Amino acid sequence: MISEFILTAVIFLPLIFAIVVLFLPKENERIIKLIGFVGTALTFLVSLVLYFGFDAAIFGFQFQQKNIWISSLNIGYHVGIDGMSLLLILLTTFLTPLALLGTWNSIQQQIKNYTAMVLLLEVGMIGVFASLDLFLFYIFWEAMLIPMYFIIGIWGGQNRIYAAVKFFLYTLFGSVLMLVAIISLGYFASTVPGGLFTTDLLDLYHVAPMLPVNMQMWMFAAFGLSFAIKVPLWPLHTWLPDAHVEAPTAGSVILAGVLLKMGTYGFIRFNLPLFADASLRAIPLMCTLAVIGIVYGALVAMVQTDIKKLVAYSSVSHLGFVMLGIFSMTEEGLQGAIIQMVNHGLSTGALFLLVGMLYDRTHTRLIVDYGGVAKLMPIFATFFMIISFSSIGLPGLNGFIGEFLIMIGSFKSTLIDNRVFTGIAGLGIIFSAVYMLWMYQRVMFGPAHQDGLYGGHHLTDLTKREIAVLVPIVLFIVWIGIYPKPFLSKSAKLVKHTVEQMESVKHGSQVRFLGYVQLQSGKK
Amino acid sequence: MNIYLSDILSNAPMMIVTVTALVVMIVEATHRTKPIITSYVSLAGLVIAALFAVSNLAGEGQSFGEMVRHGGYANFFGTLFCVVAIMTVILSRDYFEQQKYHRGEFYILLLFTTVGMMLIASANDLIILFLGIELMSVCLYVLAGFIRTKERANEAALKYFLLGAFSTGFLLYGIALIYGAVGTTNLLMIQNLFAVVSNNPLFVIGAGLLIIGLAFKVGAVPFHMWVPDVYEGAPTTVTAFMSTGVKAAAFAAFITVFIRTFDFLGGRVNELIALLAAASMILGNIVAIAQTNIKRMLAYSSIAHAGYMLSGIAAGTLDGQVGVMFYLVAYTLMNFGAFAIVSFVERKDDKNLLLDDYIGLSRQQPFLAFLMAVFMFALAGVPPFAGFFGKYYVFFAAIKSQMTWLAIIGVLASLVSAYYYLRVVVLMYFREGHADVVSKPSRTALAVVVVCAVAVLVLGLFPSFIIQVAQRFF
Repeated sequence: MISEFILTAVIFLPLIFAIVVLFLPKENERIIKLIGFVGTALTFLVSLVLYFGFDAAIFGFQFQQKNIWISSLNIGYHVGIDGMSLLLILLTTFLTPLALLGTWNSIQQQIKNYTAMVLLLEVGMIGVFASLDLFLFYIFWEAMLIPMYFIIGIWGGQNRIYAAVKFFLYTLFGSVLMLVAIISLGYFASTVPGGLFTTDLLDLYHVAPMLPVNMQMWMFAAFGLSFAIKVPLWPLHTWLPDAHVEAPTAGSVILAGVLLKMGTYGFIRFNLPLFADASLRAIPLMCTLAVIGIVYGALVAMVQTDIKKLVAYSSVSHLGFVMLGIFSMTEEGLQGAIIQMVNHGLSTGALFLLVGMLYDRTHTRLIVDYGGVAKLMPIFATFFMIISFSSIGLPGLNGFIGEFLIMIGSFKSTLIDNRVFTGIAGLGIIFSAVYMLWMYQRVMFGPAHQDGLYGGHHLTDLTKREIAVLVPIVLFIVWIGIYPKPFLSKSAKLVKHTVEQMESVKHGSQVRFLGYVQLQSGKK
Repeated sequence: MNIYLSDILSNAPMMIVTVTALVVMIVEATHRTKPIITSYVSLAGLVIAALFAVSNLAGEGQSFGEMVRHGGYANFFGTLFCVVAIMTVILSRDYFEQQKYHRGEFYILLLFTTVGMMLIASANDLIILFLGIELMSVCLYVLAGFIRTKERANEAALKYFLLGAFSTGFLLYGIALIYGAVGTTNLLMIQNLFAVVSNNPLFVIGAGLLIIGLAFKVGAVPFHMWVPDVYEGAPTTVTAFMSTGVKAAAFAAFITVFIRTFDFLGGRVNELIALLAAASMILGNIVAIAQTNIKRMLAYSSIAHAGYMLSGIAAGTLDGQVGVMFYLVAYTLMNFGAFAIVSFVERKDDKNLLLDDYIGLSRQQPFLAFLMAVFMFALAGVPPFAGFFGKYYVFFAAIKSQMTWLAIIGVLASLVSAYYYLRVVVLMYFREGHADVVSKPSRTALAVVVVCAVAVLVLGLFPSFIIQVAQRFF
């Protein structure tokens, strides 16, 4: 059965290339870079098999593979994907080669280790989205910290040590409590009649409705803290500007493009279905934090003097939208949240690439050092404009689809004070136009510097390589903006099911007991 | 009491190490100027003993007039002890050459310590347990001060001896009280009479004194005061040996006495041990942050690790014991590896022992730095390394025994620990500067560390083997 192993192949293909890279002599920099790129590109191609083989009409996980791993603790190697994980895995495999290609010449030292770290990071990211066993999920979730830590710490900017340690400890803080919750959840599964200790997600989905509400609250908090730090949800976002600003360009791209999605992914994958009662009770809190994040992120972004920091804070704002969409608990909201994760990955990833390209030329990221760039770099300015518009949410581009769906969702939501929340979120969209366009204006327009020097360097327009990196991203931005159906349809079943589950829990129907019966009869 | 040949055969690993120790004594006397020969003989004996031990991890039985329980459990630990001793012998050669203090006696003492440790793991009688602990400890007092020209080493030895003697007093007094209450020191007989005596105040006090004595040996808070000074002052390879093998021996005693025999006095002391565990995890990790000397830092970290393992003991279930045994294997590999690298970096007269001496190690010695980073992440409990799975298992056991609070303290404490383990990585990789490491370690010594690192990774990903072996003993 090839379809059974294809997912495993996608997860571990970068690992094979990482090992190859580690065994090459470090002098062969060109070959190492090439192998890194080929490895990630090949992973993308293989992941396309998932896209074309995925049947959007079926609810549930596809391409599943389940093997016994640690039998005494009933831990399995269980992977599989549904529509949401499919989109995020594709986003990962799509962005990683572009991140490597986009920063081809930016990294000057220890290229071998750098390439290996990016490849290892990709293994962790895909693994997180593909795991259907909480133990396996946790391994990928945490192991991923190590390469990211090195990427920020070795190849980062001035303040990289502080940023790297803060990133690591912050994330670890969230996840250790999640570990306790995972074990407690597995233990709970063993206390129901006929149950065994298990960390298998599908088994836990059956057991979870029987969780007492107070236990659900604790576990929601433990899982939620870990995910909220990753998202990041205001006020747990303080690691993000540091990490984003200090990380090298490829690190920022992956951080913003993929890592942040793990938080929102976690909420949809684990918190909502496992702790449904607690999720319903947490709606006011989560939505409040989300809209605070939207407005706060936008306002702070507005006053930034550093372009990279501005983009970093805009992420706080955009991810606030995603959270609002999730906790609106409506089909539109969730659908919007999922597509917005992809959108944000594309547009913010591209923004970081663009800032990196500018920085490679001038070695400054301060807005005041620029002005009139559009005259000297017309192609760059065009790309920057399209992507800024996508980030703002201009109709016709991808950002609009996501934000619009989320707004509809939150407006239709009966669980929150819909008008207030939607109104504030709408304010966030306006603000986002303000900070993006204002930054664009200050950097791109106005008179060019008299001597043509920016930070002591001459500006040259984008090279063919850089254009080749940006074109595919722009294609997707336009594609999703005009015809989002192929993407939306992938996650439609999941969204529908999640919303139905929430509805039934809200109405207190006896689905929970049904789950229990299924557990009894369906036990292998 | 008659001694039969079968007694000796069934305890083959222990006997082989004993005989090796005696042979090495003679070899040492005849080849005083060539300590290298003693090291080879010791190595050969330990390897054979390890093979014998690992070949019989199944059946358990009693020998020497029910004084000793051989096979399975004893051999599990016997293998571990022999492996640690083998690694110590290999590293010590380089280390003592470089310290210009290579003496053959070292290997004799090391072998007798190993015998003592094996005796502890196979004890079926409190007297044997005591004998093992004393044999081990007395040799260790000497080993700690082995480089007798060094002031710190003398201080370490004296401190260890004084406090160790004190704790021995607790241990012996506890055994005496238990004997007074039960009328026997045989562990199986105590187990059988347990229902009768478990409420006898003499017995309870005796057991309490035993806890103190053993907590001292594992280095748990509040009986940890000797740990940093002794670990810092002792020769680094001895520290590596003490922090791994000796700790494992003390835990073997803990499991034998409290779980297998006393059943926690009918569940009455679980909470007490849980408190010891919590205090060790908190104090060890917090104080480790403030250290500037890497040996002291690892000393405090080893206190914290004793705490994690005590969480498994406190759980008291099968899972707890298996978790502790897995943790011991994992911890032995990663901590030994870390100390081995410390011994590579160290120079004569306690040079290169500060954390700041590791600045820029990744540029000077990329491979050593890489290995050290693996051990640091493993000790911090970051997956996919074995340290993570060890923690997962002991906390799993604690949660299963309704001690979620202990698991929460444990994971938060390990979060704190990540800070100082990461600092080593920061110094090695992120900080600009040049480490002053002149020579490369010898191939054999490096091979030991590589084996540790590979094992740490493999056990982290595929822990089932050790678990299945450990599960058989209970």
